[in-house]
Amino acid sequence: MTTLAPPKSRDDRAARTAPPGRVRRALSTHWYAWTMVAPVVLVIAVIIGYPLVRGLYLSLTDATEANVARDIGMNHIPATYKFVGLDNYTAVLGDNVFWSRLGWTVVWTVACVGITFTLGLTLANLLNRKLKGRTFYRLALILPWAIPAFISVFTWRLLYNEKHGLLNKLLQGGGIDAIPWLNDPTWAKLSVIAVNVWLGVPFMLVALLGGLQSIPGELYEAAEMDGATAWQRFRHITVPSLRSVSSTVILLSTIWTFNMFPVIFLLTRGGPGDATEILVTYAYRLSFVDSPRNFSESAAWGVLILLLLSAVAVVYRRSLRKQGEVW
Amino acid sequence: MRDKKRSPLASVGLHTTLIVASVVAVFPPLWLLVTSFKPKNDAFTTAPVTHFTLGNYTHVLAETSFLTWFGNSVVVVGVTTVLGVFLAATTGYAVSRFRFPGMRPLMWLLLITQMFPVAVLIVPLYNLLAGLGLLNQPAGLVVTYLTIAVPFCAWMMKGFFDTIPVEIDESGRVDGLNPFGTFWRLVLPLARPGLAVTGFYTFVTAWAEVAYASAFMTGDQNMTLAGGLQTFVSQYNNDWGSMTAAAVIVAVPAALVFAFAQRHLVAGLTAGTTKG
Repeated sequence: MTTLAPPKSRDDRAARTAPPGRVRRALSTHWYAWTMVAPVVLVIAVIIGYPLVRGLYLSLTDATEANVARDIGMNHIPATYKFVGLDNYTAVLGDNVFWSRLGWTVVWTVACVGITFTLGLTLANLLNRKLKGRTFYRLALILPWAIPAFISVFTWRLLYNEKHGLLNKLLQGGGIDAIPWLNDPTWAKLSVIAVNVWLGVPFMLVALLGGLQSIPGELYEAAEMDGATAWQRFRHITVPSLRSVSSTVILLSTIWTFNMFPVIFLLTRGGPGDATEILVTYAYRLSFVDSPRNFSESAAWGVLILLLLSAVAVVYRRSLRKQGEVW
Repeated sequence: MRDKKRSPLASVGLHTTLIVASVVAVFPPLWLLVTSFKPKNDAFTTAPVTHFTLGNYTHVLAETSFLTWFGNSVVVVGVTTVLGVFLAATTGYAVSRFRFPGMRPLMWLLLITQMFPVAVLIVPLYNLLAGLGLLNQPAGLVVTYLTIAVPFCAWMMKGFFDTIPVEIDESGRVDGLNPFGTFWRLVLPLARPGLAVTGFYTFVTAWAEVAYASAFMTGDQNMTLAGGLQTFVSQYNNDWGSMTAAAVIVAVPAALVFAFAQRHLVAGLTAGTTKG
């Protein structure tokens, strides 16, 4: 993701495997760099490293609410869950629930990222020119970003409300029957995607607008002189120049959308039934909503999510390498 | 940006598209604001305000735990933002300037922490915080939020520091500053736009976080806004009026921070994404 090709990395590798005398030398050259990154590494190790290892372990046990260590009044009850190997994984992968949730999660991610990116790119292109009211449009279009997501989601719930919501009132005015925005499986899916797109466009817009503004104007002038049409200019100048920005924002929003907990949890709680439940909300439900809480299965879901996303990141890094970017 | 004249038709199309998009973007927050001034029972009427009232606001401020939650949120988010920006800056600077053993694994680590699903961490983290006695404590949330915000911010800061010429560091060294002095006195002031962007990002992330907040904090006394507001509209409660008023009050600080940072946002994200 970076353009740096560290010239000294070979020395570094030598330092790592070097005899003790060199260790001291490495320490004296690198101690300030290490000191600067130490707090972050430490916090990540404790808050993510430990829970990750523990989550991995839990996913290999049969831990549920009923058998973990707990205190009831004065009595401490020790944990009685046991190691069960890959049983949770075979159970999860052999179950249709996982595959249907995965299918919807992929549809959700692709739809959200695709629509958000297309809209963001279109609007960025429209804004990247001389235009009356440009500042106003820009401020209006990034407003959804300025408001905490959980509040926007509540607002949408207000608008979507089947009996009293504004959307249905408007439809009624036009003589159209009320739409069960959040109560019908198909409509609920469309509704959650719409809200997530609404939330995500500002980020795309801002990032892509920045990318567009860094393209030198002469490129377009030269192309125009050569008689290139608007579409050709977009296709052969804008698209390639935006490649680096777009690949980053697409990867980031893919990861974020795949794990987008608040939108679905706050809008539909995964319902109706489990129509809008994505992998993350389902795993959360297993360990915090359902009773008895099933910690081990939830952890197994989490590990599977992580594996899926890591695969995405590795493929992404490969494709970056092909473009000649190394880090 | 080219000077060529647009045809009137293209002009109309351009403005229509942008106006429609702006209305879609602005309408929901605007509707929220309008609804908050309606009496409780009118929350779902489609008419604009017919009986203007501040009743929702006074109810929320005086008769609920809203102010306690608000205070809790301010403490948690404030500490998270200050610490987060500082940590992201030092890490970003180290990664941008020094070639040190462990740098590449660190970059990977920062990227991979981005994809940790809440679900895989939340139970073990819950147990960990319980073990450390940090459950239901602001400090527990602060540390958790740092791990969400800092990795991405460190990436962005690296992009920023990459745009600051190395000669500045070198001149600092020549003047006898150690690496920390160079960072603190020379480079950090130049990276102010970057700090504004990472500050904004950290603030928004922490201010709007729901999953950890509702899982780790219980009881009226310790709840933050994200968790607390949900009690207004739940299975047992249907107080949309209070909800809208509270939401407006919560949105105000976020909008202010946004207004302050937005000048730098474009430059910031570009540095972060094109270079990052």
